[in-house]
Amino acid sequence: MIAAVIAAAPALPLDEAGKYVAAAFVVFVAVIVIYVAIMATKLQRMSRELHELNAAVEARERGEAARAEAAKR
Amino acid sequence: MYGKGLRALSLATFAALTATFALVFFYAPLDADQGFIQKIFYVHVPVAIVTLCAYVLGAVFAILHLRTRERRWDLRSYVAIHIALIFNVLGLLTGAIWAKASWGHWWVWDEPTLVSYLIVFLLFATYQPLRFSIEDPERQARYASVFAIMAGAFVPLNFIAVRAATAYVHPRVLATSEGGMPGQMALTFLIAIVAMTLLFALLCSYEIAAKQTRWQLRALRRRLLGGDAVAPLGRSAAPSLGEPAPRGPAARASRSPAEVAS
Repeated sequence: MIAAVIAAAPALPLDEAGKYVAAAFVVFVAVIVIYVAIMATKLQRMSRELHELNAAVEARERGEAARAEAAKR
Repeated sequence: MYGKGLRALSLATFAALTATFALVFFYAPLDADQGFIQKIFYVHVPVAIVTLCAYVLGAVFAILHLRTRERRWDLRSYVAIHIALIFNVLGLLTGAIWAKASWGHWWVWDEPTLVSYLIVFLLFATYQPLRFSIEDPERQARYASVFAIMAGAFVPLNFIAVRAATAYVHPRVLATSEGGMPGQMALTFLIAIVAMTLLFALLCSYEIAAKQTRWQLRALRRRLLGGDAVAPLGRSAAPSLGEPAPRGPAARASRSPAEVAS
């Protein structure tokens, strides 16, 4: 489908101006990608912290269950 | 729930940006005067417009913060200005590339539009250091709001002053007397503005959701593991959201009888 769109599209005049236009669009996309990468790093950190909290809750629940079991005996 | 509607906003932004790029390269006609270089305008100008509007939006949120003293408005003002600064950098870079292609120089100091845009950037670049210099979160939020309002008011005044100036060489995309753009260009430009606005809204939503989630995690850690498990807050330019209000039986127990009755 992409090949068909490109084939149907008019030829772009990629002469001297082409590199500047390409640079402007690449800069735009690059800044957005860098921002998304920074956000992904933050998300990773939060995910790690959530994992730690989950582990802490599980440990606490296991401890409580063990205490309850011991009290029954 | 944080980040509500993010998926729909992400999809809409992706669709709008894809449509913009497709229209720019395969639909909009070549400019008779500038030729292919004019394609840069479909990124540069919408980014610049969204930047200036975002600064004003940051000022509006700051007004709401000063009126209500609610921290969420300070957060929104901070995020709007933060993302606007990123857009501002984008505007400066794409503008410089266009200037090099069209004028042969990366920067022209006697061009009012360029210099005024740089002044706006430098003005708002002091916003983060200002916040960072104030340790008390309450004072930080208040002073930052006052700054955001003053700087935000400067933006439209600056725009009008530059537009009223007669000695300029910078092309006017939104022409006043020359008849404006042809239909295909205008449509592409309009969709580009919508796409950049959606992108701004999306980045703001991500940033706000990330900050709120981080604070919620911090509060959860404190509740589960105790105060010692939470590292003390260092000095930061980002707004402090404080501890979220307790919910459930704990919240009811902490309220006074008058509050419960009301």
